[in-house]
Amino acid sequence: MNKQNFMNLEFAALSQNESFARVAVASFLSQLDVTMEELEEIKTVVSEAVTNAIIHGYEDDPSGIVYIHVSYNDGLVELTIEDKGKGIDDVGLAMQPLYTSKPELERSGMGFTIMENFMDSLEVATGVGSGTKVRLTKRLSFRAAMQN
Amino acid sequence: MSLTIDMETKNDVLVVRLRGELDHHTADELRSKVDEALKGPQIRHIVLSLADLGFMDSSGIGVILGRYKQISARSGEMVVCSINPTIQRIFEMSGLFKVIKFRESEAEALTVLGVA
Repeated sequence: MNKQNFMNLEFAALSQNESFARVAVASFLSQLDVTMEELEEIKTVVSEAVTNAIIHGYEDDPSGIVYIHVSYNDGLVELTIEDKGKGIDDVGLAMQPLYTSKPELERSGMGFTIMENFMDSLEVATGVGSGTKVRLTKRLSFRAAMQN
Repeated sequence: MSLTIDMETKNDVLVVRLRGELDHHTADELRSKVDEALKGPQIRHIVLSLADLGFMDSSGIGVILGRYKQISARSGEMVVCSINPTIQRIFEMSGLFKVIKFRESEAEALTVLGVA
């Protein structure tokens, strides 16, 4: 099997697509010898980033489009989730555990914290008025096991 | 897959059993159903039974914390039971176990709240 692979996905910023997005990414990565735990972590991370794009990036405007790029290369999974929405004014603040810009919606403010905990790296590129791109990587454990 | 919400009242305890997936999309339904049940003044406590909950993200934390605040305003308690390992880690990260008790089973959760 080829060690390198990628896929792109784009869909309307509708909350019903959150479930679709995480299942689609998990299905793509199921080609690899990924553990259930890793798959659950990646699904959660996709859900967090896509929800952020819908609620914060597009503020529930369904004409917005969410873009996902997933690739793997020799057991290193890279995930990019992007919106062309309003962007984040203060990324440092947005990434603080329990901080939310929308407390009236009962948001927990834990999205970025969960992404950081479940993945190996997290980078956020954002511009007010131009959108937000979250890039995440995770090395799958089967690679580590084989190297030992 | 969506979320199925099953609710039952035992004395002053509202037992909420979740099956499926709790995310931003399904959180609204859970919020409105539990809030409707909480209109009953006899309810003081909530047991949240997650044995059949396959997925939850931080939207779930938000809705659970919101219900916890309502219950604690009535001097009630919230007890969560039967969590899968990934969801348990999300609870831990969020500090939810500092305010919400955890028990292995629904029966144990009910015992904590004085319902045999």
